[in-house]
Amino acid sequence: MNSNQLAALAPIITLTIATIAVMLSIAIRRNFVLASNVAACGILISLPALGIAWQQSPIQSTLLIRVDSYVLFFMALLLLAGLAVLGFCYDYFKKREGENEELLLLLLTSLLGASVLVASSHFAAFFLGLETLSISLFTLIGYPLNREQPLEAAIKYLILSGVSSAFLLMGMAFIYAQSGELTFSGIGHFITSQPAMNPMILSGIILIVAGLGFKLSLVPFHLWTPDVYEGAPAPITAFIATVSKGAVFVLLLRFFISSGSHANTSLLNVFSVIAVISILAGNLLALLQNNVKRLLAYSSIAHMGYLLVAFIASSSIAPALAVESITFYLVAYFITTLGALGVVSVLSTPQTEAGDIAIYSGLFWRRPWLAGAFTLMLLSLAGIPLTAGFIGKFYIFTSGADARLWGLLIAIIVGSGLGLYYYLKIIVVMSMNVDATVIKSEEFSREWISSSILATLSLLIIWLGIYPNQIVNLLQTVSNTIR
Amino acid sequence: MILPALIIVLCLGAFAAWFSERKNPGAPRWVAIITLAIEAPLLAVEYKKTELIDIFSTNILPTWLDDFNRSWIPRFGIGFHLAMDGLSLLLIALTVLLGFMAVSSSWTEIKNRQGFFFFNLLTCLAGTVGVFLAVDLFLFFFFWELMIIPMYFLISIWGHENRTYAAIKFVIFTQVSSLLLLLAIVVLALISHKQSGVYTFDYFKLLNTKINPDVAFWLMLGFFIAFTVKLPAVPFHTWLPDAHTQAPTGGSVILAGVMLKTGAYGLLRFVIPLFPEAAHQFAPIAMTLGAVSVLYAAMMAFAQSDLKRLIAYSSVSHMGFILIGVFSWNTFSMQGAVITMLAHGISAAALFMIAGALQERLHTREMGRMGGLWSALPRLSAFALFFAMASLGLPGLGNFIGELLVLLGAFKVNALLTSATALALILAPVYSLGIIQKAFHGPLQNQPALSDFNRRELASLALLVLASLWLGLCPQPVLDISAPALKQVWSDNVAMEH
Repeated sequence: MNSNQLAALAPIITLTIATIAVMLSIAIRRNFVLASNVAACGILISLPALGIAWQQSPIQSTLLIRVDSYVLFFMALLLLAGLAVLGFCYDYFKKREGENEELLLLLLTSLLGASVLVASSHFAAFFLGLETLSISLFTLIGYPLNREQPLEAAIKYLILSGVSSAFLLMGMAFIYAQSGELTFSGIGHFITSQPAMNPMILSGIILIVAGLGFKLSLVPFHLWTPDVYEGAPAPITAFIATVSKGAVFVLLLRFFISSGSHANTSLLNVFSVIAVISILAGNLLALLQNNVKRLLAYSSIAHMGYLLVAFIASSSIAPALAVESITFYLVAYFITTLGALGVVSVLSTPQTEAGDIAIYSGLFWRRPWLAGAFTLMLLSLAGIPLTAGFIGKFYIFTSGADARLWGLLIAIIVGSGLGLYYYLKIIVVMSMNVDATVIKSEEFSREWISSSILATLSLLIIWLGIYPNQIVNLLQTVSNTIR
Repeated sequence: MILPALIIVLCLGAFAAWFSERKNPGAPRWVAIITLAIEAPLLAVEYKKTELIDIFSTNILPTWLDDFNRSWIPRFGIGFHLAMDGLSLLLIALTVLLGFMAVSSSWTEIKNRQGFFFFNLLTCLAGTVGVFLAVDLFLFFFFWELMIIPMYFLISIWGHENRTYAAIKFVIFTQVSSLLLLLAIVVLALISHKQSGVYTFDYFKLLNTKINPDVAFWLMLGFFIAFTVKLPAVPFHTWLPDAHTQAPTGGSVILAGVMLKTGAYGLLRFVIPLFPEAAHQFAPIAMTLGAVSVLYAAMMAFAQSDLKRLIAYSSVSHMGFILIGVFSWNTFSMQGAVITMLAHGISAAALFMIAGALQERLHTREMGRMGGLWSALPRLSAFALFFAMASLGLPGLGNFIGELLVLLGAFKVNALLTSATALALILAPVYSLGIIQKAFHGPLQNQPALSDFNRRELASLALLVLASLWLGLCPQPVLDISAPALKQVWSDNVAMEH
């Protein structure tokens, strides 16, 4: 390994050092504010470290990790999302009795896992990254030990995640047994050298898809999602919805483009079926929910389905456009989901999660800015213009139409129509008139960090919705480097 | 710079209205009036330019009065491209006029959260003006969607008893159909990209796209469905009676007067010029839908006991004329469609204002609980009679000219269908006079003392009376303004007729 390759690893190394620093600071003095500051500084220092790596990119740093601008862009996105979640966690947990400091440590380790995951070009790094992420998440979900729901959610996630890891390993083993390769590009070479798709490799890939499908909560593998979303503390839900799902999707795209296996017809059929049932089932089940967190869980299932449409399109159109679409959609999804669950987190207390829709009634007249931000996030999820979600949907439509995926596009249209109903349902509840007595009795602590993060996210949504040029240009350069 | 200013003034006014509520709860309505008053001179400047246009010129370009083009998202060749011709000028003038009416009719009706109400009202108008101006298809879609959300808030916050259902139904109908529109726009742009190698959403560039007839049919259908849902025509009309019944008066005025016209405008501006062959093949079906709308909605109107619901169905019936007019494919009928758009905008808005005024006084929309109001509210009743006459197509008023021209044009194309549609001239008086008889004649029911129209209401409705008379007695200036625009829609397609 030469110095350039080492420099390319700078963000990962910085993040590791930050994790150790947080651990030591907790060992020396147990103070939530101090530990939060150390963790936030760690993330903030990792961001300029991305710049160091950018100068070296694209570079293969060791057999395991590939650093190019696609990877660095998503690392930046994950770190920023991590920072936002850290802010929400600070406001959420500062009111809680007990020992909260390890939460920050776990947040950093899971970010580390996610960063390794997006940069991996080898099954070993892939599995290491994924497990680092997942194991930290079990603990994060069940962090409020004294409540029943988070524990139930954590155990559910633990078991299903274990099963999915087993699928994943089995899939890797199948592929290795046939090809003798563990690197993505090596697998790609093996597949292209074969006249037809080897059934063993195909079943290996399908097992991997099943394993990743659990993490992405695509439909036949989605059963954990609503319970975990509901049970986990709201900032952690935001973390799972964005960092965990986003990193896995980025890896999925990288794996399929590097290995060249995304053009296989039977795989595309599998993906198409998964996409359609994710969109329909996610939206239909969301209609039945009266809990905002469960509703957002089902809506995220549908959104992963929309993303899959662009992913499927990548096999038949210029991959750069498909990657650009996926990247933009993911950015919009990150901002929107963080914002929506951030609002939930601001309204939650360590004792009760703000899941029940009744908590939101009349929110417009009690806390207009918060309700305004939530409305904006919901409209963005629904893909209404002026928001980033609309440009994202436009991208998905463009990719899908370019690849002539009419059936999938019709599914998106039907899904969006259903989606509007439940997004609007929340907005309706928020704009209902409530008795003045209810307003008077309520007191809320001002949470400056969460509020400023929500304000930033709202502005970002509008900025990307009105004038997306800068980010579009950036994404064009990013998506041209992937291979 | 006037074209973007038309939109920006409304947006700024919307925010000003919202924030002015903090200073004074009564301020937002004044801010709204001032904002609309600023729009008027801007429009007058554009109107001046119509005199420069020679109707008989053969050149296509001068039909456009003004043009504003800036790059917006260069990645996909999307521009912030606005342009105005006679058709958009007339419709924006209607929008501003009815904007005043909407503010006037909400003057005392809206008591809670006036700031947010007028914010939504003005942003809704801004979106509508944007729809009438945009000549970049992406931008058009942007505004098309944008006007829905404020209207949703108007219905769901300030609406009547069943507002949530009506508001959500309205949004879902318009949204799902508009996603079909988005898909059609994207596919059209991709086809043009394949031919020319550059992405563009510009209307003028897309006009020259060569499309395979089968594909063109599907694309045309995507546009057509989106626009006929908004229009609305019969299979897609069910959202309208609910939305109208539940909306506050100001919302109904905008919805009936202006928003329905965006559907008709889309048919004229996009469906026919972009897909002339496909639209021509589809014309018999579209005209049949129009005729069915006219007759079915007129019969449904007669069966209603809720005053606002009745007026809503009568709107569907009038919109059927527009559909027939647009697809009859000749100058007469298209001119008739434009006049109907304006005349119906005025008469329906006035009727909704009267219904709103009655509801404010009686707290009911049920005609069964009215009766004999002529003696109690003579001024209001006189206006109601006038606009009921306008709605039934009394010669001398705008609606008559519009419907006559439509039928005249359509008769040449399809005599049988036109004759059937002409039956509406019997049905319309039945339901229009039904309103007068049930609500205003007969014995006065036991009502507390009712206050008749005050000066504000008198002035607003008198203005609409004048507009309706003007359209009915000397429609020629209006026909002259819209002629070049229609000629352009139509000139490309003259060959088709022969």
